Amino acid sequence: MDNDRIDQIVDKHQAEASSLIQVMLEIQSENNWLPKEALERVSERLEVPLARILHIATFYKAFSLVPKGRHGIHICVGTACHVRGATRILDTVQELTGIQPGETDLDLKFSLETVNCLGCCALGPVMEIDGKTHGKMTTAETADVINNYE
Amino acid sequence: MSEILLQIDGKEVKAKEGMTILEAARSAGISIPTLCHHEKLEPFGGCRLCIVEVEDRGWTKLVVSCVYPAEENLVVRTRSDKVDRIRKMIIELLMAHAPDAFELQDLAKEYGADRDRFEKEASFCIHCGLCVRYCAEVKKKNAVGFVGRGTKKEISFIPEIASKECWDCKECFPLCPTEALQAAYVLTKALFSSRSSS
Amino acid sequence: MPRINSPAELEEFRQGILSKRDPNKPCITLCSGSACHATGSGDVADSLEKEIEKQGLSGEVDIRRTGCHGYCERGPIIVTHPEEISYFQIQPEDVPEILSETIKKKKVVERLLYTDPGTKEKIVHESEIPFYKHQERLVFGSNGSIDPKSIDDYLAIDGYSALAKALCGMTDEQVLEEVKKSNLRGRGGGGFPAGRKWEGSRNDPEPIKYVIVNADEGDPGAYMDRSLLEGNPHSILEGLTLGAYAIGSHEGYIYVRQEYPLAVENVLLAIKTAEEYGFLGKNILGSGFDFIVKVHQGAGAFVCGESTALMTALEGRVGEPRPKYTRSNIKGLWEKPTVLNNVETWANVPLIINKGADWFRQYGTEGSKGTKIFSLVGKIVNTGLVEVPMGTPLKDIIYKIGGGIPGGRKFKAVQTGGPSGGCIPEELLDLEVGFDELTKAGSMMGSGGMIVLDEDTCMVDVARYFIEFLTDESCGKCVPCREGLRQMLKILTNITEGKGREGDIELLEELSETAKEGALCALGKSAPNPFLSTLRYFRDEYEAHIKDQTCPALSCRDLISFYIDPAKCKACMICARKCPAKAIDGGKSKIHIVDQDKCTKCGTCFEVCPPRFGAVTKISGEPVPSPIPEEERIIKKRKKNE
Repeated sequence: MDNDRIDQIVDKHQAEASSLIQVMLEIQSENNWLPKEALERVSERLEVPLARILHIATFYKAFSLVPKGRHGIHICVGTACHVRGATRILDTVQELTGIQPGETDLDLKFSLETVNCLGCCALGPVMEIDGKTHGKMTTAETADVINNYE
Repeated sequence: MSEILLQIDGKEVKAKEGMTILEAARSAGISIPTLCHHEKLEPFGGCRLCIVEVEDRGWTKLVVSCVYPAEENLVVRTRSDKVDRIRKMIIELLMAHAPDAFELQDLAKEYGADRDRFEKEASFCIHCGLCVRYCAEVKKKNAVGFVGRGTKKEISFIPEIASKECWDCKECFPLCPTEALQAAYVLTKALFSSRSSS
Repeated sequence: MPRINSPAELEEFRQGILSKRDPNKPCITLCSGSACHATGSGDVADSLEKEIEKQGLSGEVDIRRTGCHGYCERGPIIVTHPEEISYFQIQPEDVPEILSETIKKKKVVERLLYTDPGTKEKIVHESEIPFYKHQERLVFGSNGSIDPKSIDDYLAIDGYSALAKALCGMTDEQVLEEVKKSNLRGRGGGGFPAGRKWEGSRNDPEPIKYVIVNADEGDPGAYMDRSLLEGNPHSILEGLTLGAYAIGSHEGYIYVRQEYPLAVENVLLAIKTAEEYGFLGKNILGSGFDFIVKVHQGAGAFVCGESTALMTALEGRVGEPRPKYTRSNIKGLWEKPTVLNNVETWANVPLIINKGADWFRQYGTEGSKGTKIFSLVGKIVNTGLVEVPMGTPLKDIIYKIGGGIPGGRKFKAVQTGGPSGGCIPEELLDLEVGFDELTKAGSMMGSGGMIVLDEDTCMVDVARYFIEFLTDESCGKCVPCREGLRQMLKILTNITEGKGREGDIELLEELSETAKEGALCALGKSAPNPFLSTLRYFRDEYEAHIKDQTCPALSCRDLISFYIDPAKCKACMICARKCPAKAIDGGKSKIHIVDQDKCTKCGTCFEVCPPRFGAVTKISGEPVPSPIPEEERIIKKRKKNE
């Protein structure tokens, strides 16, 4: 992501230090991850220490300091999904993809995350891939769903 | 500045307005243990070791003395069964990370803490934050900071800044209660130089 | 669109809208909340538009895409007006029939109606369905009648009349007094009297003050704030403006989690249109009162739902809570007096101002006035959002509205208050919901999450689950929470894996005291609650895990084995084929056996064994029976003469 685009985002928020998180959210959303160079530019423009930016980037789950895979798998592990068996779904997905939550596979195909509630508890257990919600998942169906993605 | 009268461990203490209980106690020669406190730094309130009992309008509650303001007519107890129990547990929890730290060993003796109560953890850091806060507030370099949250929180030197600033400074090294801070710095330096020279 | 500059102009404009709307004109409302969207309401909407044109009904029938109706188990939902006929679990293929039969011929499509599971009776009207009938939907009810993207819809149901009444007919002090009198308590978790919080800010001499909507809704399983913000964003804006007027604030923030993109979208649109119409900005309705609202998105941290952490995040820093020795309504955002309240709390304010504190006080109990929206989820037949007056017995919510436990399983406990709350067991089901009643029982109201657990839920695992959640979400600043929860998680995990030891429970209790008394913020202080409440009511389960390495609920993976009962197995091969570990040995007419060494305890065989056989069982605490001899594994076919 080039500096011009970052400057545009920063200026949209009037280069206010308190908008730091909003600026980072926009960069994350557009670029799919936060390269160090981008953060250094933000540090310069907003006059905020890089240490603080790195703490924020690692504190909040929305941010990633490494590139993410083509398909984002989000498994809801909220309480309602948990009691309906989300752990078993998560285990199955981990076995199928070979990665743990927070990781991306070597082909940059899948990134796996756990989420703490997607708000569709009636459909639990829920797995969301690329924004598409797969509800009432069973371990038996999980392989079929995952194998559909290139 | 006006004067405040409060009672600490049965003793009448005169404090200046704006003082915390910790400052008031120390001015009267009453000791309260701390780990994350430093006169040059803003109070942090992270280690909770300085916890004390205060009585306020009939209610007893536990507060951290490094942050809680000294108030008129406050009754403070720096030791009690509950306070001692909590301090003992805090020491034991921290000794899972840094069992050999001198400060922790002294505290363990005082409070009867068992250094082996919990299985040893991989990370030495007890998160007192002295290194991070000193570099931010006193040196204003922010060469070392916190990363992550919860049980995965750690300190981290920022290679680009640390490689420029730290070797000529090193003022945070003696602040570290676990004495392992310089090891973290050396490791970062080694990783960074090997990366930039390849 | 000219600005509305006075209450009189507002009334005129409102009458203008109503006069153009024929109450007898057919209207189809389609629930388009996030959950129904996930089950395909978007496709249903497309189908509706196509079919309406195809059947020549263009201009004859309105479609209104509304927010969440609350009966999420049965979505997508369509309600036709004015008859109020409710259709459930609608697919695009159902649309042509709905239009041709119900809209054109005024006939009901029976197969799409709600069927009572007991009497098998079909119910036509929404208000007669048990799920809705026993609720009192004062706050949430409007969701079903308005399109959240249309400010005119909100005006049509009397929207912004409270604001007009307050700004131009009441003093700021009178507004405050009305809210105080109503005894509205915060709906976000703390239950602190809103009026008292407002008064503290109002009386502070500092001229700059802030109001904040806490829409960070982090409790897993709770999504009522989302549905309110998505479905009726103007009601929150109106409430917020009323609060700002009462305390003298001119700048407000809505902190909404970025995991709710539809809520962010709808609230941004609502703010834009409110500004255009003159309900936000300078000299609102000609009253001389100025107020602006900004939206700030969360970035994925449960702790930011804690009010001081939220304010720290608004300032652009990590969400580390601050000690509350000076309350945030005196020193809050940027050290200025700040009133922070939950979405649902703000949504109640316009109703209180319009209908009066006395009207509000007739609902609820002495200590807890008004209604509360609960998210009823988990092992329950009717999953959804439920609004009832405070004082409603828990058992009514679970059985009358919730429809009881699915699959004929037995109720075990209901978890309320999220990770800060606790579990209420069966013997306390008569408990009347209220802030103090739930706290006395060892739980708390929290934001209103109500997760129903049945006999298959392991209570030790529930405690472990919440502690695991909190070790990840803790900010990590203070020792009692970061280190205390770290050790509690280790011990609880060991217990669920059969590695529990004598003394574990006592150590967990000690760590609980340290966190409760020593932690910096409410997250840490309330973290031990799920453990303490499950210990209080289900101590036998802890002891079974520790002393007997048994999981009474047959849930903890390391303590159970899957066993195929040879007397019931019909060798149908379904489980053998589906087993991901290829751990089932067997063939056609050869009774199946699970190889315990290969079995990964995924539970697939248990799921897929046909219910009429029910041959797969779970065993805990005893050794798996030895496999039957090879000869006995062959299922002999019965000859016709035998």
